[in-house]
Amino acid sequence: MSEMTIHLKIWRQARGAAKGNFETYTVEKVLPEMSFLETLDLLNEKLTRQGQQPVEFDSDCREGICGTCGLVIKGTAHGPNPKTTTCEVRMRHFRDGETITVEPFRAGPFPILKDLVVDRTAFDRIQQQGGFVSANTGSAPDGNAVPIPKIDADKAMDAASCIGCGACVAACPNASASLFVSAKISQLSYLPQGGPERGRRALLMIGQMDREGFGDCSNHGECEAVCPKEISIENIARMRREYFKGALGGHDRKAASGD
Amino acid sequence: MSKILDAKIPSGPLADKWDRHEMECPLVAPANRRKFTVIVVGTGLAGGGAAATLGELGYNVLNFCVQDTPRRAHSVAAQGGINASKNYQNDGDSVERLFYDTVKGGDYRSREANVYRLAQLSMGIIDQCVAMGVPFAREYGGTLANRSFGGVQVSRTFYARGQTGQQLLLGVYSALSRQIAAGTVKMFPRHEMLDLVIVDGKARGIVCRDLVTGEMKRYAADAVVLATGGYSPVFYLSTNAVNCSATSIWRAYKRGALFANPCYTQIHPTAIPQLGDYQSKLTLMSESLRNDGRMWVPKAPGDKRRPADIPEAERDYFLERRYPAFGNLVPRDIAARASKVECDAGKGVGNTGFAVYLDFADAIKRLGRDVVADRYGNLFTMYEEIIADDPYHTPMMIYPAPHYTMGGLWVDYNLESTIPGLFVAGEANFSDHGANRLGASALMQGCADGYFVVPRVVAGYLARGGLGKVTTDHEAFGAVEDEVRKRYDALLAVKGSRTVRDFHWDLGRVMWDKVGMSRDRAGLEQAIVRIRELREAFWHDVKVPGEAADFNKQLEMAGRVADFLELGELMAMDALAREESCGGHFRAEHHTPEGEARRDDENFMHVAAWEHKGDGQAPERHVEPLAYENIEVKTRSYK
Ligand SMILES: Cc1cc2nc3c(=O)[nH]c(=O)nc-3n(C[C@H](O)[C@H](O)[C@H](O)COP(=O)(O)OP(=O)(O)OC[C@H]3O[C@@H](n4cnc5c(N)ncnc54)[C@H](O)[C@@H]3O)c2cc1C
Ligand code: FES
Repeated sequence: MSEMTIHLKIWRQARGAAKGNFETYTVEKVLPEMSFLETLDLLNEKLTRQGQQPVEFDSDCREGICGTCGLVIKGTAHGPNPKTTTCEVRMRHFRDGETITVEPFRAGPFPILKDLVVDRTAFDRIQQQGGFVSANTGSAPDGNAVPIPKIDADKAMDAASCIGCGACVAACPNASASLFVSAKISQLSYLPQGGPERGRRALLMIGQMDREGFGDCSNHGECEAVCPKEISIENIARMRREYFKGALGGHDRKAASGD
Repeated sequence: MSKILDAKIPSGPLADKWDRHEMECPLVAPANRRKFTVIVVGTGLAGGGAAATLGELGYNVLNFCVQDTPRRAHSVAAQGGINASKNYQNDGDSVERLFYDTVKGGDYRSREANVYRLAQLSMGIIDQCVAMGVPFAREYGGTLANRSFGGVQVSRTFYARGQTGQQLLLGVYSALSRQIAAGTVKMFPRHEMLDLVIVDGKARGIVCRDLVTGEMKRYAADAVVLATGGYSPVFYLSTNAVNCSATSIWRAYKRGALFANPCYTQIHPTAIPQLGDYQSKLTLMSESLRNDGRMWVPKAPGDKRRPADIPEAERDYFLERRYPAFGNLVPRDIAARASKVECDAGKGVGNTGFAVYLDFADAIKRLGRDVVADRYGNLFTMYEEIIADDPYHTPMMIYPAPHYTMGGLWVDYNLESTIPGLFVAGEANFSDHGANRLGASALMQGCADGYFVVPRVVAGYLARGGLGKVTTDHEAFGAVEDEVRKRYDALLAVKGSRTVRDFHWDLGRVMWDKVGMSRDRAGLEQAIVRIRELREAFWHDVKVPGEAADFNKQLEMAGRVADFLELGELMAMDALAREESCGGHFRAEHHTPEGEARRDDENFMHVAAWEHKGDGQAPERHVEPLAYENIEVKTRSYK
C-alpha cells in the first residue's frame, strides 16, 4: 500500500474572531485506507509535537450515523463522494501530492465556533417547535394496535434517516434548511401517530426555520445531492403540502409560532 | 472491613416485586414537583429518556451532554435492534423466557430481580416508541416485524433497518425537545461533567467544563442521575464513538460510589478488523448479520488462497461445528472466543491473520440478493467503503472488538449508588447483564431505566424528604471546582513530549493484550505494573497544547485519558481477583476440557464492588452475593 503526501488547505479561525484565513499544511505517510478524519488526526499529532495549535473539528461516531462531523472538502459538503459523511471518506479517493481545501459548513445560522467547528443549535430550536408526537411516557396503546402499511413505515423510515448534520444547509445557495425540516415533517406525516399535530407542526417548525435566518428553498437540489442519507427532495414538496393544509386548517402561522 | 452490600430488593414473589415497589414508593404531588431540581448527565436512551419523562412529570430538569446536541448521544450508533418479550411471533416468548435467556446469557452473574423487571418493562418500551413515531420495520400486514439475535431461540428483536439506535434515540430526542419547549428541561450541550459535588453525604450537584469557552461551571440539584454510557475506549480501539469516556462515573467512584465488576467487558465478535496503527476506531458489523451470515476459516492453518478458491470441504464453519443447537447465533462472548481460538491456531485470514470470514453466499442463494440488501444493505455499503471489497461477492472479514462494558457503578434495585441521591442508569451502571450482555438488550435496558425506572425511583427519593436547600455558593462546590481547575491546569502545565493519543494508544495495547479476550495471572500482574508506569509517564511527559479557557479538544481528551489510566488498573485488579471464567471474563487458568468458560459458583457467585480509598492506596473489594431463587443455575451450554 503506497504512502501519499497530502497538502491540506484548511480554514483557521480563532474562537470569537470575526474573520479567519486559510493555512496550508503537509501531511506525509497518508495511507489510502485511512479515513479523512484520521488524516486530520495525523496532522494534529504533528502540529501538537511541533508546538503549534491543532485544528479543531467535530466528530464522534466516525461511522456515518451521529451527524457530528461535517466539513466542506474540495468545495463539497462531506466531500466529493456521494452518500457519505465526512468521517466515512477514505483517502483512496485522493491523489498523492494533491492539495485539498477543507472548510467548515458555512451558513449564517451556523456561526463558526473555532476553525472547522460550527454551532448548529438552530436545528434543535426548530425541532423544539413541533418535531415530536405529544405522547407522555406510559400513555401508549399496544404497539400493534394500529397497523401501519409497510410502504408507509418504509417511507417514514427513509425520511427519519436524517442525521441532522447540516450538509443540506451548507450546500444550499440560500442556506435553506428545508431538506432537514421537511424530513422530520414527512416522517411524522406518514405515520398515524403524527396525525393529530400535523398542521400545527408544519407551521411552527417552518416559522422557526425562518426566524433562525435560514433562506427560502428555490429548488436548486444541491441539498439532495450532498445528503449522506439520500433524503429525497420530494420531502420538501410534501412539507409544503403539510404547511398549506395546516394554514387552511385554521392555524395562523404567526399565532401558532407565538410571536 | 469488607462489606456485604444490600441491593434492597423488595420482598415477595419475583413477578410482583416491581409492581409492589412502585405502589410502595412515596410520590411527590404534581404541584410540588417543580420545586425539585434533578440533574441528568447524558442524553442517550437512558439519560434522555429519564430527563424527558421527569420533565413531563413536572420536575425541573437540567440535562447535560458532551455532543453539540442531545440527538448525537452514542445510543445513536446502535444498529441491530431492541428486545421485547411481546411474543408477536407466537414462538413461545414470554417475560419468563426473556428473563431466563438474559440470566443465562449473563452466565448467572446478574441480579434476578433486576432482570425480571427489565423483561417486564420491555413490552411497554415498544408501545411507547411506536406512540412517539419511531418507524420500526413492519410486515406487509402492517404489524411490527422481528428478527433473532444471539443466545436465544425466539424472534423478539424489533428493529428499524440497521439504524435502530438512531431511531430510538431520535424518539428520545423528540420527547426531550418537547420538554425543552415546555420549559421543564434545560439542555446543556457541549458541557462535560468533570466532578460530583456531595453535601452532607448526599449527591447535590456537579462541576462541568463548558467545552466551547472552557469555563468551569457549577450546577446544584436535589438528586443527580448519571447516564453517561460505557467505557470501552479504555481499549483505545473500540466500536464506541471517540468521545465516550468513563470520566463521569470515574469521578463519582473517586467521591465514594462503588464500582462494580469493572473487568466485565464485552468483546463483540463481528467488527471490521484492525487495519493499521493510524486507526481511531473499529467499525461494528451488527450481530443481526449472524442471522444469515456463516462464520468460517480454512481448515488448514496458513491457507492463503482466496476464499472463493477454498472448496466447501476445506472450510470449517467452526460455530456450526462446535455449537450445533445455536450455530452462528451463539452469544457474543462465545463467538468472539471461538474466532480467537481459530486465529491463534494459525487459521485466521487476511493480511494480519487476525480475521475470520462471515459469508453470505448461502443466504443470497436462498433469499436472493434483494432480500439480503433490504436487511443489511447499509452495513454492506459501510463495509465496502472501508475495505474496498464487495461482501455480496467476497465474504466479509471480521474480528472481535471491544464493544460494551457490563461493569459500571454499583447500584441497588432503585438504581441508587452507594452515594445517596446519586442514581446511575443505562450502560453506566453495572446492572442487568451479568458477565455477558445479549445482543439487543442494551437498548432495552437504556429505555427501561430511562423511561420507567429512574422517574419512579427518583420520585421516591425526593418524596422521602430531608433535603435542605443547597446552592452553588455552598463551600463544597468551591472546593470541588478548585480541584477540577487544578487538575486541568496541571495537564496543560506538563508540557512534555508525547501526545495524549500516544498514551491512549499504549494503554489500549496493554488492555487488549492482557485484559482483553483472554486473561491470566501473570499477564494481569504485568498489566498493573505497566499501567502504573504509563500513568507516571503521562503526568510527567504528556504534551497538551492550547489553553484551558478555549475550545480545546486535546485538553478534553487528556482529562478522559487520565481517567482511563486509572480505570484500566482497576479493571486488571478486578480480573485478577475473579479466579474463575464467566461470560466475557475468561481466565486462561479456568476452563473446561473443551475450552469453555468454567465458573466457580461456590466462591464467585457475587458482584464485586470496589471502593476507592485514596490515590496511591489499594481499593477495597466488597461483595454483593447473588441468589438464584427462581432459576436453576446450570453450566451454560449452547451446544
Ligand atoms: C456500534 C454499536 C452498536 C450497538 N448496537 C446495539 C444494538 O443493536 N442493540 C443494543 O441493544 N445495543 C447496542 N449497542 C449498545 C448500546 O447502543 C449502548 O449500550 C446504549 O445505547 C447506551 O445508552 P446510554 O443511554 O447508557 O448511553 P449513551 O447513549 O452512550 O449516552 C451517553 C450520554 O452521556 C453523555 N456523557 C458522557 N460522559 C459525559 C460527561 N462527563 N459529561 C456530560 N455528558 C456526558 C454523552 O454526551 C451522552 O449524551 C451498540 C453499541 C455500539 C457501540
Ligand atoms: S462522526 Fe458521526 S457521522 Fe461522522
